Amino acid sequence: MFRVTRRYQFAASHRLHANALSGEENRRVYGKCNNPFGHGHNYVLEVSARGPVDPGTGSAVDARRLDDLMAREVLGPFDHRNLNADIEAFRELTPTSENLAVEICRRLKRAWPQAFPGEWPKLEKVRIAETARNIFEIDAHEIQ
Amino acid sequence: MLITRKVEFSASHVCRNPRWSEEENQRVFGPAANPNGHGHNYMLEVSLSGEPDPVTGMVFDLKEMKDVLHREVVEPFDHRFLNHEAPPFDRVIPTAENVAREIWRRIEPHFGGRLHSVRLYETPELYVDYFGEQACSA
Repeated sequence: MFRVTRRYQFAASHRLHANALSGEENRRVYGKCNNPFGHGHNYVLEVSARGPVDPGTGSAVDARRLDDLMAREVLGPFDHRNLNADIEAFRELTPTSENLAVEICRRLKRAWPQAFPGEWPKLEKVRIAETARNIFEIDAHEIQ
Repeated sequence: MLITRKVEFSASHVCRNPRWSEEENQRVFGPAANPNGHGHNYMLEVSLSGEPDPVTGMVFDLKEMKDVLHREVVEPFDHRFLNHEAPPFDRVIPTAENVAREIWRRIEPHFGGRLHSVRLYETPELYVDYFGEQACSA
């Protein structure tokens, strides 16, 4: 059994603001990430899948299929976009990297059976680096 | 001798020419013209040139260099939407080239003629080098 990880990148902007908090609380909780016009990052995304090596191809995960899935579900909609304004899920929900990891994992999990119809590989993990120092990981099994 | 200091800032921008049609903007700038903007972790490398001072052994005081970069670049640009919050990018399109030139303009007066180059990474795969108005030299 192998775990295969593939790395992707996209550039997007966001603003951290929770509607349930007052302006003052938002500034206290999110600091400069609450600045009204937002700011941006080069997000680095690592997607991990687990599976046995296919005896015919010698690979555990078909990277091209994963690329197509990522392009359709994540990179196409997110790259060079404003997450708050352009992504439906973040109209109300704050696009912290935690919530972003959940949303990406949810999209991949939903589309996974169509991209990988067999028993293997299974989506295992999504890891997103907002900057070189801030990294967020979610186990795909935790996502409905 | 060259000394180089790196700083990072996260900002959003949109590259559009307001005098052009939507089609023209998409053709020239591609997804960078998407109207709500997008963002980057910009990495800036500033190089000063000179000989080490015989007493201090330094080309320039690195602490002072750090203060200049924070005051003139990081404070006004970090966690900001350049087009909306960092003049002149309300009028000048904030391409990597124009941001590098603006950084040069802001910091050059503080380095006593020693500023050699400004290298600005928009992504790890794309950077611009600016050497001021004189001919380029590496």
